[in-house]
Amino acid sequence: MKRKYNQTLVILIGAAVVYGLLKALILTGMIGDYWQLILDEALITTIGALGLSIIYGFNGQFSLGQAAFYGMGAYTAGAITKAYGHGNWVWFAGALIAGTLAGAVVSYLIGRPILRLRSDYLGIATLGFGIIVTVLLNNADKVIPILGGAIGMTGLRHMVGFDLLFLFTVGSIFVVRNFIQSSPGRAVVSIREDEIAADAMGIDTTRYKTMAFVLGGALSGLAGALYAHRYPYLNPSSFDWLQSVNFLLIVVLGGLGSITGTVVTAIGWVFLLEGLRFVLGQQFIDFRGVIYAVLLVVVILLRPQGLFGGKEIGFLRPPSVLKPALRPGKENSHAGIGG
Amino acid sequence: MPVLEVRGLSKDFGGLKAVNNFNLTLEEGEIVGLIGPNGAGKTTVFNLITGIFPVTSGEIRFLDRSILGLKPYKIAQLGIARTFQNIRLFKQCSVLDNVRTVFHPKIKYGLVDAILHTRRYHAEEERVTAMSMALLETMSLADRAEMQAMNLPYGDQRRLEIARALAGEPKVLLLDEPAAGMNPSEVGKLVELIRFIRNHFQVTILLIEHQMGVVMNVCERLEVLDFGETIAAGRPEEIRDNPKVLEAYLGKGVTVA
Amino acid sequence: MHYFLAEVINGLQLGLVYALIALGYTMVYGIVKLINFAHGDVFMVGSFVGYFCFMAGVPWPVAVLAAMAVCATLGVVIEKIAYRPLRYAPKIAALISALGVSLFLEYFSSLKFIFGPDYRVVHSPLQAVNWNIGGVTVTNIQVMILAVVVVMFAGLQYLIHRTKVGTAMRAVSFDHDAARLMGINVDGVISITFAIATALAGAGGVLYAIAYPEIWTFMGIMPGLKAFTAAVLGGIGIIPGAVLGALIMGQVETMTAAFLSSTLRDAIAFGVLILVLLIRPSGILGKNRPEKV
Repeated sequence: MKRKYNQTLVILIGAAVVYGLLKALILTGMIGDYWQLILDEALITTIGALGLSIIYGFNGQFSLGQAAFYGMGAYTAGAITKAYGHGNWVWFAGALIAGTLAGAVVSYLIGRPILRLRSDYLGIATLGFGIIVTVLLNNADKVIPILGGAIGMTGLRHMVGFDLLFLFTVGSIFVVRNFIQSSPGRAVVSIREDEIAADAMGIDTTRYKTMAFVLGGALSGLAGALYAHRYPYLNPSSFDWLQSVNFLLIVVLGGLGSITGTVVTAIGWVFLLEGLRFVLGQQFIDFRGVIYAVLLVVVILLRPQGLFGGKEIGFLRPPSVLKPALRPGKENSHAGIGG
Repeated sequence: MPVLEVRGLSKDFGGLKAVNNFNLTLEEGEIVGLIGPNGAGKTTVFNLITGIFPVTSGEIRFLDRSILGLKPYKIAQLGIARTFQNIRLFKQCSVLDNVRTVFHPKIKYGLVDAILHTRRYHAEEERVTAMSMALLETMSLADRAEMQAMNLPYGDQRRLEIARALAGEPKVLLLDEPAAGMNPSEVGKLVELIRFIRNHFQVTILLIEHQMGVVMNVCERLEVLDFGETIAAGRPEEIRDNPKVLEAYLGKGVTVA
Repeated sequence: MHYFLAEVINGLQLGLVYALIALGYTMVYGIVKLINFAHGDVFMVGSFVGYFCFMAGVPWPVAVLAAMAVCATLGVVIEKIAYRPLRYAPKIAALISALGVSLFLEYFSSLKFIFGPDYRVVHSPLQAVNWNIGGVTVTNIQVMILAVVVVMFAGLQYLIHRTKVGTAMRAVSFDHDAARLMGINVDGVISITFAIATALAGAGGVLYAIAYPEIWTFMGIMPGLKAFTAAVLGGIGIIPGAVLGALIMGQVETMTAAFLSSTLRDAIAFGVLILVLLIRPSGILGKNRPEKV
């Protein structure tokens, strides 16, 4: 593969720099406890949103229930650590894997039957599924007492901090980028572009829609599992319809089909939301929701294609295959008549 | 052995008989034209052959094997490729990716290699990219490989669709109005292109077309459809003066001076 | 047996209220292919209008009309500001805008100087009267709801099938450009559609406030989602489908709460939805319009 530079290396170096910077700010106390909490939340949300990005941004499947997989991952992982792990790192790894698998398995089971539905119908089927999961989580304590039910699950352990979260976020970005730039990834994207044409070109659309759905569910499950090891308790209301809306907003506002967009918007959105709480102070706290809503409408009105609609930052783009003289540039832009 | 055999093909759309008892035999290497007035059922025949619509009755045999009831992607993988009347490219994808996608069924690495970008991934990607670029080269699109498909001029989009169909190394190529929207000079180049494709890629071609400039110059024989039924078949010179064909296109009572 | 019938009637009552909301969802979807997520919150506004009317001692028909007027206006304004600019943008953009409008209506009304975030109890002007029909108890509220919904539905059907405006609405729902070329004022027709849709939701809000007298600013979320589900269940864009779907949703929800489990009722209602969609992917009355290939 002809490359101007090794993109993977650039991403890693860039990540190391960002990590170093943030770590320094944390260690010197410039990023206080409160903002560390927010930073961690932003990273977890990014991973969850990347899951929906695969499903909707790249595969074009309109899923309104992503929080369900997020929640399943959180509760599965949390329960394991609470019941068996008790802070043991091996169990912790197991819990993360279990949470990710929970997201993947549940996506597979629900995805196989419903992915054949057309866009709007798929939307409400996934929405309905999300609500079912919320109701189940609210009543989970009747079956498995430690899960806590509507009051929430307590007794979780803080085992994950900025370092691990940063690592997992960068890892998730790599997973998504690598997948999208591969052959199965191209199959997935072709389905978004034109499902009938993809079918006619030999792509097993059912298989690849399911694959994208499962990968997306797995990532969101991982995000949930990490959440369960960062915060002291889980509440079903953190994994409900509103959270699914959050993920959707992030993926759309960031620009469908853009990893850069999803990451930037996820982090920006969390900071904006929490930042408003900070900035507005106690007396205007009520206005937070109003500002959030107005901002949302304004942004989508001004930029319907999203911030990074379909575009990626340089080092996340697929490497160029053309010899330098033939790369699209001013001289070649008139494209000729050809033929 | 004929490459494609269609016998007694019929399609009902709840009362409307779109295709009625259609028969066709394609021998290897032929270029056959499927013509007829608008609404005659030509694209429906394509959709039936490629598995997009289920058949009401009849038989379709490809390389002496029935392909009835197979899903479109399976039929494509077996070796029947097509283009679409309204151009269905993967618009936001690059020209190169439109072609590379079609190599997917033949790719020799799996999901794990894909996510980890292993050595096998890189080797296969290089192979597929090289093959795709070579294909684009023959269709004069290689210099625009990284352009988004939707930014190509119309004629190039049609050529890209053909290139994409060829990427699957098909034995049969179904072209649905490849000359639509083209001016006379482009039509001339298309005729050469179709002949070149048949010779270079060794495919059998069935094409739907309205432009007589293409039909008369490149098709070796024609099947004429009207209201879902074959009304005439034969060599282009025979068909041109066939009164039934003229009536189908121009209506009763029109004579050709 | 009586208990069963009583629950059937309760389910009917709920379904009828959902029907008013679902009709609005389906009308808007039919004409601009938008899932108006703000619709449930317009319903909420209608409830509050009813609440304030009742506090002022206004009789219920007037309250219904007032809510319809307020919500119709709200609907037209929302369409003009938040949806019209995105009409020819990717569909998802308008949907996001709708979500934003929904959140805005919720949070803005929750502000202390508007409606405030607390639950309010509605003092209904109707004294509950029970009638015994064939051994089953029917309340005057239930009769009233039935009457109002039947009248509205009949009026809607008449409008759509017997008037010029209705024909224009149907034309626009098929093809905007063709309708425009036929001289139809597409923007105007869309505004009227929104006005009617939100008016119906407003009426539904007042009826809901009378039947289930506790309201709060986030009350519209679940009924909105359920009504939307009902519209899709019946076949999105199809008006009788919305009513059918709503009646089914109301029935399933009530029956589940009464005989299975009250806490699981939402899960089962949506579970039924998913099952129906798997069997009939375009909804019960939906036509599977295959894509032209």
